Amino acid sequence: MVTIPAFLIVAVMLFGIGAIGVLISRNIIILFMCVELMLNAANLTLIAFSRALNIPDGHVIVFLVLTVAAAEAAVGLAMVITIFRNRETINIDRFNMMKW
Amino acid sequence: MNLDTIIFAISAVVAIFGAVMMIGQRNPVASVLYLIVSLVAQAVLYVQLGALFLGAVLIIVYAGAILVLFLFVIMLLNLRGTEDLGEGSPPISRFTKFLLSALMVVEFGFVVWSGVFPEAGKTGIDAPAGGFGSVKEVAELIFLKYLYPFELTSILLLVAIVGAVVMAGRSVIVRSSESEAPASREEAAEEARG
Repeated sequence: MVTIPAFLIVAVMLFGIGAIGVLISRNIIILFMCVELMLNAANLTLIAFSRALNIPDGHVIVFLVLTVAAAEAAVGLAMVITIFRNRETINIDRFNMMKW
Repeated sequence: MNLDTIIFAISAVVAIFGAVMMIGQRNPVASVLYLIVSLVAQAVLYVQLGALFLGAVLIIVYAGAILVLFLFVIMLLNLRGTEDLGEGSPPISRFTKFLLSALMVVEFGFVVWSGVFPEAGKTGIDAPAGGFGSVKEVAELIFLKYLYPFELTSILLLVAIVGAVVMAGRSVIVRSSESEAPASREEAAEEARG
């Protein structure tokens, strides 16, 4: 029988992989995708707990998180386009214009 | 070993495999495609947990819209030779990053295993309650109980649309070293005209 902790472990591994990707990635597009992956791992956790407690309210939270993820992707990619136009790079080590 | 276990094992392995391959790719397009593989497997997990509506939404909205937006941006940027990955000296070494990430994963695993949530271990997924996670039930929650948060997301999306258009639609900002040059393409065009 598949139990809820099995799903939680998958979610943990996905979140960890996303966090590793955010830390080691030099490419801002892959970095954004890792953030999306971490949001999805959180969603999987919400759905697993929702199932375990038999309370479907978690599904609404997942729905709202999906909306936030879409908004974040749109704004983030708009920023990527603007920065790429000015800097001609997507390496995040070069994105230091707000540093000084 | 019943069918549920087999489906869970396959989709879990595929989800994690896709995620690992995603962060390992140098080519962003391949990365997006591996993320789509991972998301489809995660949608199977959603359906196994009874979230039928959200499984469909995950495929339609994520794989169908958000990742297409990523692909669109990658194609638009025309990244020839610009992805200089891993060059220079990052402020934290790569080994330290892996160590910190592994530590975090271990912490998560400890929380899951240490029985913070004891009932979850006894709950199987093979007996979903009637209508749990169906479109009807989720829609009733969204449009009755959580109507105001749902309406607020429409404002969020509106702000995101306006922000994206304002940011991506702006013309080229001239760096301070080139302040003598015309400030934008439009101004250059106007000067050429007038």
